[in-house]
Amino acid sequence: MSDPAGRGRVLVIGGGITGITAAIEASEAGCEVVLVEKEAYLGGRVARTNQYFPKMCPPLCGLEINLRRFKTNPLIRTLTLAEVEAIDGAPGDYHVTIKQHPRGVTEKCTMCGACVDACPVERPDAYNLGMTRTKAIYLPFEMAYPARLAIDPDVCLGAECGQCVPACPFDAIDLAQKDETVEEDVDAVIVATGWEPYDATSIEGLGFGTHPDIVTNVMMERLASRTGPTQGRIVRPSSGEPVQSVAFVQCAGSRDENYLKHCSGVCCMGSLKQTRYVREQYPDADIHVFYIDLRTPGRLEDFLQAQQEDEKIHLIKGKVARIDVDGDELVVQAEDVLSGARVSQAADLVVLATGIVPSDTTGIRVDGGLRTDEHGFLTRTQPSRGVLAAGCAARPTDVATCVRDATGAVMNALQFCTPELVKE
Amino acid sequence: MDRKLAVYVCKGCDIGASLDIEALKDVASEAGVDAFHEHECLCGAAGRDLIRQDVLDGVNAPVVAACSPRFMIDAFTFDGCRTERVNLREHVVWSHEPNDEDTQMLAADYLRMGIARAQKATLPEPFEEEVNEDILVVGGGVSGMSAALGAAGAGHHVVLVEKAESLGGWMSRFKRHIPHEPPYRDPQPSTVGEQIDRVRADDRIQVFTGTTIEKITGQPGQFDVTLHTNGGSDTTSSMRVGAIVQATGWKPYDATRLGHLGYGTCPNVITNVQMEEQLASGPPTRPSDGKPARRIAFIQCAGSRDKDHLPYCSAVCCRVSIKQALTARELDPECEVYVLYKDIRTPGQHEDFYRRAQEDAAIFFTKAEVETVGEAGDHNPVVRAKNTLVGEDIQLEADLVVLATGMVPASADGEALRRLADAKSVVAKGEAGVQLETAKETVASLAHLEGGEILNLGYRQGPDLPVLKYDFPDSHFICFPYESRRTGIYAAGCVRAPEDAQLAREDGAGAALKAIQTVRLAKKGEAVHPRWGDVSYPDFNLQRCTQCKRCTEECPFGTLNEDVKGTPQLNPIRCRRCGICMGACPERIISFKDYSVDIVSSMIKAVDIPDEFEEKPRLLGLLCENDAYPALDTAGLKRIRHSANIRFIPVRCLGSINTVWIADALSRGYDGILLVGCRSGADYQCHFIRGSELMETRSSNIQEKLKQLALEEERVRLEQLPINEFDRLPEIINEFAAQIDEIGMNPFKGF
Repeated sequence: MSDPAGRGRVLVIGGGITGITAAIEASEAGCEVVLVEKEAYLGGRVARTNQYFPKMCPPLCGLEINLRRFKTNPLIRTLTLAEVEAIDGAPGDYHVTIKQHPRGVTEKCTMCGACVDACPVERPDAYNLGMTRTKAIYLPFEMAYPARLAIDPDVCLGAECGQCVPACPFDAIDLAQKDETVEEDVDAVIVATGWEPYDATSIEGLGFGTHPDIVTNVMMERLASRTGPTQGRIVRPSSGEPVQSVAFVQCAGSRDENYLKHCSGVCCMGSLKQTRYVREQYPDADIHVFYIDLRTPGRLEDFLQAQQEDEKIHLIKGKVARIDVDGDELVVQAEDVLSGARVSQAADLVVLATGIVPSDTTGIRVDGGLRTDEHGFLTRTQPSRGVLAAGCAARPTDVATCVRDATGAVMNALQFCTPELVKE
Repeated sequence: MDRKLAVYVCKGCDIGASLDIEALKDVASEAGVDAFHEHECLCGAAGRDLIRQDVLDGVNAPVVAACSPRFMIDAFTFDGCRTERVNLREHVVWSHEPNDEDTQMLAADYLRMGIARAQKATLPEPFEEEVNEDILVVGGGVSGMSAALGAAGAGHHVVLVEKAESLGGWMSRFKRHIPHEPPYRDPQPSTVGEQIDRVRADDRIQVFTGTTIEKITGQPGQFDVTLHTNGGSDTTSSMRVGAIVQATGWKPYDATRLGHLGYGTCPNVITNVQMEEQLASGPPTRPSDGKPARRIAFIQCAGSRDKDHLPYCSAVCCRVSIKQALTARELDPECEVYVLYKDIRTPGQHEDFYRRAQEDAAIFFTKAEVETVGEAGDHNPVVRAKNTLVGEDIQLEADLVVLATGMVPASADGEALRRLADAKSVVAKGEAGVQLETAKETVASLAHLEGGEILNLGYRQGPDLPVLKYDFPDSHFICFPYESRRTGIYAAGCVRAPEDAQLAREDGAGAALKAIQTVRLAKKGEAVHPRWGDVSYPDFNLQRCTQCKRCTEECPFGTLNEDVKGTPQLNPIRCRRCGICMGACPERIISFKDYSVDIVSSMIKAVDIPDEFEEKPRLLGLLCENDAYPALDTAGLKRIRHSANIRFIPVRCLGSINTVWIADALSRGYDGILLVGCRSGADYQCHFIRGSELMETRSSNIQEKLKQLALEEERVRLEQLPINEFDRLPEIINEFAAQIDEIGMNPFKGF
């Protein structure tokens, strides 16, 4: 029984908090795990989040604990810059085909950074949502795992340039790497492909993209972060000036038949959390939050109550109709549905609380297919029973719920990991 | 076995270019280690082979002076021996002036400290205990049944205990449920019956209904459980299990406290639970006369989100009312429904469910602050509300009012029960004094808890799980929602947080997985989260124990029991290896093989302290290894500089710091001591729960001692630093160094 090989083998797709957790939980129950992440590092969205609600603690703290487990756990095989192409077979006996993209940097890398100085090409830094730039050879972020640099193939000039190669003292750069195919056999699959922020440019009237001081909630996380474009100072992106008034537009494109029909479940708490970021840096700033319903379930209600008691925070029930740009000034136009009055609120910075869109899983070919609902989320029961959806791939939800979900998914995966117990 | 050390210094990553490596060789030699190797890239294949060959040839304590121990772990792990890592990269050359006298001294000291540790620390060996792999599940509702089925399906025998006479819990009384499969628009038929059938049919699950827990003693892998079954024959059963899932569910909030909403005074005011029972048997009717209820008002948040009742939101009541409204409309198309809410909370895809109800022209939703429910003629309830969406105060006369009451956890507050038991024993002794009066007050204020025990654990720190706010025995951690302060015992379902049935089922599965992990890891002698895989454990030299009980009191995980004299009884499988007991012990009798008072003292003493005329102060820094230490690594990665006067030692938790280290450091001539840990208080970030808080208490005692020694209090500073504030740590260090410069040298230097 203590032979780990006897405990089964699980594929986890996605290396965000849900996938990381699923991999750890499965391995600590004795399973072998193959984790496939399409980015160059693990951590997904939480690695780009400044603080968690309601404790206002940094996600990097839990990530450090989790990544330490990855570093020392021989049962987990991690493939970054990789994508699952096909899952064939049946529960207890899946064959997986994975495409491994080149990183350009081998395991010899020590993160010394000598190559970065040599690289002549810059690119927008996806980690900071394009608000900063890195070289084509880059460390994804300070706590990246795997702890080594990567080359962005879209901008790298390749062997013709090759300036990074001699700059590396450890011979860790391989510009000749090509896509490779990796094959794995597993008993069960956990799909933890996570989410993307809703594209704010498609929301009519809210002006995203027309003025730099209209930002999204995920951009706001980077603005508040010490590793973000402003080293954590919340300022007007247009001028770098401090902010005196901030408006939060809830349900920006959410709960709306024209855009996202569903509620993303976390944006209310996300914005309330971000009001704390602003309040900590600007004790005099006025904050207006325009909402349809404030959704702070369970004990999160305490957080809402604390913000309600803050006289600088004004919570207004009403959907924002549009945002006008008047010279330097942004004016939020809304209706206060309780008083029936029209509200025109000027603000230095407008934060659009955009929702969660499930990541596209159509590139993963599964025997029997992957079943999604109308919103694109994976359904609880899948045509192939050993394929289990977890986290925001299955429903929009907060981190704690994703982690619970991942743990539960592993328990369900284990049902297919003891061959003599599989009932069909 | 003879200890054979060898030092390996890496010259890569700026180390060779910033330090005099030859001088480090002399340092090693002075410390008694002549085997010294330098290498251009120790983590490369050739470097690793060099060490591996030495290990094969008899080196059993390699000291690798290279990058931070957080990197290249695999590269520097060798069979059968413990590698000591000296962080010359992040903490020395990346954060200090290259080829500088002070930087060189810093590197030399870190090497001395590493050698000192390598001379004393040994590779821990796991303890071996007999481990039972069965799982006890307490509570037979959807969450508990899901836990039982999950564990059984993974091959574990399960004991499922339910207090009621039948399985199923509340959900089995409700005919239709909130939809959890697309299109999420209509209530779905209950699946609880099927779940019960599966549990009954699974021969790995042993079900005890009408049963409560009389007693649980022992530790994970070795819990001895005594059950008591009521009914025709009062019987007692005993068994051993390995881990426990507590899925004891919830109780409806006591509606008799909602007199202002007409409950108990107007017969046509009922709760949502009563409404479920009505709808299970047919169209809604009026309890007063049995006539059809054609005008139904739902009052949301009845006693919820209300500081006088339940301050929290029960998360499901909005969806439950929508389900009941749709069901009522279907069973009696002539009825109309009003839903009076504070906020409608239908997260995720359940927005579709809300939308479905909004599409029904006979279901009206309005935001409203409901003030009272009175009674008009014919026992018609009358709802008075203000601040509605129609902009005015309203009075709504209805046939039937449904109060959407919330969920209260069916938990027991283990720590409060322990305080009650302790106070009762003080009262029983009856020795006069302030203590007796306080005890009497405690007994009076907690008497209502009497008999509410659920698990009846034989733990010194209380018979049940500790609870968070509002009595939920939930995890305090967002990243680790299954963190439990009682190893091997996991709460799941509505007892830990209000949630819908789907979430409760998933939660039951998750908790079952944690239970399985506990027993599977225990078999190998390995710790569970957060020191997963650690096989070290505290060893108690009990001959020197003075029964002060500090270890039993301060352990955050209730690991230690006491015998009648107050001597600690170790339960190693309950232990989480944080070392808080080691920090607490005034006799210094608690040690781990690779972490002990002696080991750290030796590291402190290994530092070369310049005499006072050299004007080079020396500071000691003790850093929490999970947050502050990585933060300093990140500062190094960013090449942020900090004072070269300080020497850091990582600690498992600030709570593991024994104050003798501080005394040692001061008497040795250190000029200041900086302790950096995690945030304490209500939103504490310490993963060992109380580490930072305990250090705060201990450091105030230290300040007292400093005063007695006529030393400045400022010489010992405690800081709390989250991992992401990496740029602030060098600032703190530099500011502390400047302050110590100002205060001047430690007068004990040189004595």
